[in-house]
Amino acid sequence: MSAVLDHPTGHVHDHHDDHHAPTGWRRWVFATNHKDIGTLYLLFSFTMLIIGGILALCIRAELFQPGLQFFNPEQFNQFTTMHGLIMVFGAIMPAFVGFANWMIPLQIGASDMAFARMNNFSFWLMIPAALMLVGSFFMPGGAPAAGWTLYAPLTLQMGPSMDAGIFAMHILGASSIMGSINIIVTILNMRAPGMTLMKMPMFAWTWLITAYLLIAVMPVLAGAITMTLTDRHFGTSFFTPAGGGDPVMYQHIFWFFGHPEVYIMILPAFGIISQIVPAFARKRLFGYASMVYATASIAILSFIVWAHHMFATGMPVTGQLFFMYATMLIAVPTGVKIFNWLATMWRGSMTFETPMLWAIGFIFVFTMGGFTGLICAVAPIDIQIQDTYYVVAHFHYVLVAGSLYALFAGVYYWGPKWTGVMYSETRGKIHFWGSLIFFNLTFFPMHFLGLAGMPRRYADYPMQFADFNMVASLGAFGFGLMQVYFFVFVVIPMMRGKGAPAPQKPWEAAEGLEWEVPSPAPFHTFENPPKLDVTATRVIG
Amino acid sequence: MTMMNSDVHQLVRRWRQLALTAAVALASQSALAVNDLPGGPAVNQLNLQPAVTKIAHEQAWLHNMMLVICLAIFIAVFGVMFYSIFKHRKSKGAVAANFHESVKVEIAWTVVPFIIVILMALPATKVVVAMKDTTNADITIKATGYQWKWGYDYVKGEGEGIGFVSTLDASQRALSDSGKPGEVDNYLLKVDHPLVVPVNKKVRIITTAQDVIHAWMVPAFGVKQDAIPGFVRDTWFKAEQEGDFYGQCAELCGKEHAYMPIHVKVLSQQAYTAWVQDEQKKLAAKAEDPSKVWTMDELMARGEKVYTANCAVCHQPTGKGAGQFPPLDGSKVVLAESHAEQLHVVLNGRNQMPAWKGILKDSEIAAVVTYTKNSWSNKTGQIVQPAEVVAERAK
Repeated sequence: MSAVLDHPTGHVHDHHDDHHAPTGWRRWVFATNHKDIGTLYLLFSFTMLIIGGILALCIRAELFQPGLQFFNPEQFNQFTTMHGLIMVFGAIMPAFVGFANWMIPLQIGASDMAFARMNNFSFWLMIPAALMLVGSFFMPGGAPAAGWTLYAPLTLQMGPSMDAGIFAMHILGASSIMGSINIIVTILNMRAPGMTLMKMPMFAWTWLITAYLLIAVMPVLAGAITMTLTDRHFGTSFFTPAGGGDPVMYQHIFWFFGHPEVYIMILPAFGIISQIVPAFARKRLFGYASMVYATASIAILSFIVWAHHMFATGMPVTGQLFFMYATMLIAVPTGVKIFNWLATMWRGSMTFETPMLWAIGFIFVFTMGGFTGLICAVAPIDIQIQDTYYVVAHFHYVLVAGSLYALFAGVYYWGPKWTGVMYSETRGKIHFWGSLIFFNLTFFPMHFLGLAGMPRRYADYPMQFADFNMVASLGAFGFGLMQVYFFVFVVIPMMRGKGAPAPQKPWEAAEGLEWEVPSPAPFHTFENPPKLDVTATRVIG
Repeated sequence: MTMMNSDVHQLVRRWRQLALTAAVALASQSALAVNDLPGGPAVNQLNLQPAVTKIAHEQAWLHNMMLVICLAIFIAVFGVMFYSIFKHRKSKGAVAANFHESVKVEIAWTVVPFIIVILMALPATKVVVAMKDTTNADITIKATGYQWKWGYDYVKGEGEGIGFVSTLDASQRALSDSGKPGEVDNYLLKVDHPLVVPVNKKVRIITTAQDVIHAWMVPAFGVKQDAIPGFVRDTWFKAEQEGDFYGQCAELCGKEHAYMPIHVKVLSQQAYTAWVQDEQKKLAAKAEDPSKVWTMDELMARGEKVYTANCAVCHQPTGKGAGQFPPLDGSKVVLAESHAEQLHVVLNGRNQMPAWKGILKDSEIAAVVTYTKNSWSNKTGQIVQPAEVVAERAK
């Protein structure tokens, strides 16, 4: 490892970026710079967010009123399936990897990610996978329509696109594992001298833990879908009862991956929020150590709660009780995090620029999703709401209002550092308030639908559910429009460099090494390990 | 390319249609005059459906308890946050304090939520145990999920031996396709043969499935149980009220997932006994002679019914098929002189097509095969008799 650390101490890179940095398409295809790769990840994930969003709007258009107006039920199932897969694997996960690429080296005072070429490979692997996923709509029989959870034996009935989907998942998994290895090695080996683990920024901490989760569970998913593949084509019977297999085993394996997966999508979000709240409260993060322990506890607990997704499969009493209690325990470390953020805000000196608005929005709306999660965890209640719209509401409250809000918060917070341009505060606020209102308009009525018994993944529904569905559809179109607004009026101007130039440290009380380099961050940063002050937040030479 | 173009045109047309419907719907907000469905969902219902079993009552109680506690915590926590947001802002001259740790406070807000969570889980434990206790049932009924209908077999108790298949009303399925279902109170919930049970009797439902996983759910009973192919699971209910109760399949099971409702009719003991006797009489009358020779007209009439109820969802009423579901009109297998291949496929399934041997009777299979051989542009004049089906089954 010393070779990696020694590398940036060489002086060759010091003053001629232009000689080294490839230009044009080569700069991106052969990218090894963590900032370029971060940018690629972020643009890729936004593209997938838009594709997944269009699918969501197709779903909401069909559900606008009872009866089938636009799509047949088969297409509808394809939309729900691909919306889920694309959002989870194409939008949210790569977006956080993009943040990790951009911010982790800057935050820990490293010159780049540990394995620059593997970094390039793990990004470019995603492109064929994404093409295969999106292209599956044009394959015979259309896209996979078995739900994003790909439950057997329904997957065994799917057309050839299922195999393409499985292949795409494999590639995305490989990419995630490579990305995780890179992040772990970077964090453990390339921190600037003086930055001990317990002085590390929260975002780096949450990603370190997330990366371990990814390495632990992506192979499990790979196993599950490989078994599906061999069941489909090679005569095995892992999940086919006719050959002695067990369809429920698929669900156990899938959710052993799937539950840690939801924390993979939320822990880095916690990290981003933990950076932003102190910056705008002008006060240090309350309970740093307990934040780290809470994150680690959530990660460990995430391995022993998976079967709460399966209460309706008919587990024995002891199984239901174990998974109910274990799941409810997760509320404790999650609560600790919420309380810590509140205590950070308490008696601070707050201002409410756009990143702070998103962060507060996150805390408020994510907590609602947390509470519905607690309600879902109670097995007898879950028997009523499992596989209904209540669950749809719950996981969109934690995934959209959780992960996506934190991503937006992060874009506004670090965007000036990335682009060297300040976003327009008014536009940021329009984006925030519009998204907040339309988000709740879309997903709040779904709680009622679920309690009243409307099952999820339904192309058509009884009349009594019509009004709430109409409200949800209107909200969804509004929410979609707000994201187009964000891209056109916030992202594009920033990328084009239109707007007030960003100072090195745009936020009065923001802490961390990323604010010790100019805006926009130069192509190479921290080529020599910086000398840090005692808090490891300032460079002193 | 032309395919793509026509797709694009179609999309444009659909969007235009959407904009129009949106405008119309907004203009006539209260145009929908749908009524509550007793035993099913109410219009704009906000909470769980009214409970008619003890378990459902307890679930509702648990849910309300959780809701109240969560709301109280929510209000307390966010009361503090918004107080802070209004008081501790820079524009009001707030100066940041310097504290960032307090072991006592941190231990308190770890331990207190832990205790709250355990207190929430304790009453739920009792209900879990009660839910799973399927012993001492008065009646045991097997519910089998098929793509896309429910089969019910009365396995034990009064009514033993009765069995039938319960399918969504075909006219309601057609309404869904029409895109303008109008105002129907039991839309997508009406079936041809509801499950019939007596009131105040413990009914054990055994679930299984033929093809993929389905889930048998009736919200008013507080029951939801996956039906898993190759495996048997069970659940139970004891309805305390007569009436009609509705539910829908709750596990994605393919194309027609939204179209396999559950309708349970709860009758008084006397009415139930009368129903059982009636069914058993019908059963005796239905027992048919497999060697009976049917006429073409009889087979065609019967075949059309069987086709509409079972085959038309995939192969379409026109016999033209759709997407990955192949056409029967002009199909080589259907037109073939030998009946063996078609009978084999119908009995045993192929690719996405389910095996029908456990669902349809010999005479029904003979009728529907005859029907496909002599409908649309298929004019083979061939007749398939139930005896041939019996022979094919024996292979």
